[in-house]
Amino acid sequence: MRRLRRSLGLTAIFLRVSAMNELQYRANFFIQLFQSLVAVATGLAVLGLVFSHTRELAGWSPAQLLAVMGVHVLVGGVVRAAIQPNMLRLIQDVREGKLDYLLVKPRDSQLLVSIRELSVWQGVDCLVGAVVLGVAASRLETAVGVGRALAFVGAVLLGVLTVYCFWLLLSIGAFWIVRLEFIVELFEGVYQAGRWPVGIYPVGLRVLLTFLVPLAFAVTVPAQAIAGLASARTLLAAVAFTAALTAVTRWAWKQGLRHYSGASA
Amino acid sequence: MITRPRPGRARRLADYYLTTMRTAVQEQFQYRVANYAYMLGMVTEPVIYLVVWSTVAASQGGSVGGFTRGQLAAYYIVWTLVRNMNIVFTPYGWEERIREGHLSGMLLRPVHPIHFDLAYFAGWKVVVIVLWLPLAVVLSLAFHPSFQVTAANAAAFLAAIWGAYLIRSMFLWVLGMITFWTTRVGAIYAVWFTLELLLSGRLVPLELMPSWARTLAEALPFKWTFGFPIETLAARLTGAQLLEGLAMQLLWTAVGALLVAVIWRFAVRRFSAVGN
Repeated sequence: MRRLRRSLGLTAIFLRVSAMNELQYRANFFIQLFQSLVAVATGLAVLGLVFSHTRELAGWSPAQLLAVMGVHVLVGGVVRAAIQPNMLRLIQDVREGKLDYLLVKPRDSQLLVSIRELSVWQGVDCLVGAVVLGVAASRLETAVGVGRALAFVGAVLLGVLTVYCFWLLLSIGAFWIVRLEFIVELFEGVYQAGRWPVGIYPVGLRVLLTFLVPLAFAVTVPAQAIAGLASARTLLAAVAFTAALTAVTRWAWKQGLRHYSGASA
Repeated sequence: MITRPRPGRARRLADYYLTTMRTAVQEQFQYRVANYAYMLGMVTEPVIYLVVWSTVAASQGGSVGGFTRGQLAAYYIVWTLVRNMNIVFTPYGWEERIREGHLSGMLLRPVHPIHFDLAYFAGWKVVVIVLWLPLAVVLSLAFHPSFQVTAANAAAFLAAIWGAYLIRSMFLWVLGMITFWTTRVGAIYAVWFTLELLLSGRLVPLELMPSWARTLAEALPFKWTFGFPIETLAARLTGAQLLEGLAMQLLWTAVGALLVAVIWRFAVRRFSAVGN
């Protein structure tokens, strides 16, 4: 328990320092906000277009798909603000041998590599996503009660954790493959698939998007939770999958570190 | 002493193009794995569109806006090649080009710098087309497109993808030259690329758009870089439609070239380099 409290305290300090650093550049807020709004407007136009040709998409109503879009923007904001910058720095540090400095610190190395960066302004997407989600929730056919809201919060936290694990697993590849920056483009491209419920994809792709790239747990399941479409079984599956993935990631991190040869090699 | 006659201007330019293209082919073929990874990442976009619209078509009894699932598959598979043909020097690259002094070097050459970009990316396309062929086979096996290609369609397609390449090269050059006046270009580019996404046929065949959007698209250059080249192969355009489309591509290429020529004159006057 004491260890957990110390870890949380350390995380808070790191995040505060990063945030203070970024907050110096206030004009970036407006640029980011503008770009988020353009992206959301495009997303709304696409949804409008789809529903001008059909009344529902694979069983999803307009409001439910709007919820999917809200979760997609929100989780995307968390990824770009808190996960991606840390992972890119890890890849760079491994290549340049700078990870040495981090490894000598008397704290858990996986924790340290995960909390060093926070791009506050990218977090604007979280706000925009939350607004979209709020509008979607108010338009759902059935009212969102406390139970569904709690299920949603739990599902989003699990979803963010799965994306974190997935990104870290990719980044651990840097211990073996040196040039890895292209995975950002690859991830961004594949992440776009999460804008739609994974259920619409053909079986092969659906399996890929559930287990290989966990978009189903990151976006679709939270959206199902708020729309009241998630069964207890789905939520339990999300818990089990996240737990398994976390354990695998922990193991892979230790394997990667063993392979790390440092700056002098 | 024997003096050879100096070759004519057209001949010299053709030589410059061939040499630059050959360099590009050799250079890019070295990075075939990176090129392939990039192309694979790009395939997710049309696959998403295809899945969404196939789902809509399925719920509407097999077709949407006159497109069957097979025709949608054909559209988005041809899309992948057209998208690759549409990759030109990015407007985001101008800032680096100016900051790092690459432009100073280009200005020393006795040809307009756009010729280098046109030639280099055209050479790169040769590599891209070769790499694309196996990708098209895999996509076709996965999504069962329905094609009805005539010789006229195929010939028009081969011309139209290069027309698309020229138009997009010109207009993105114009867009990139804004960097000479301001470096805060992110917002302008975001608006431009959003309009392009919606009004070009990149997101969805223009026939599926509301009629006011189609009218708007008619007046803009975007559809000649995406929708039209795709339709030359994936839709049943008549001979007259093909010729008319190619003529429109020529017209927009000319408009783009004129804009590039005029704006470049003003832009280059604002350029200043610091030596070291």
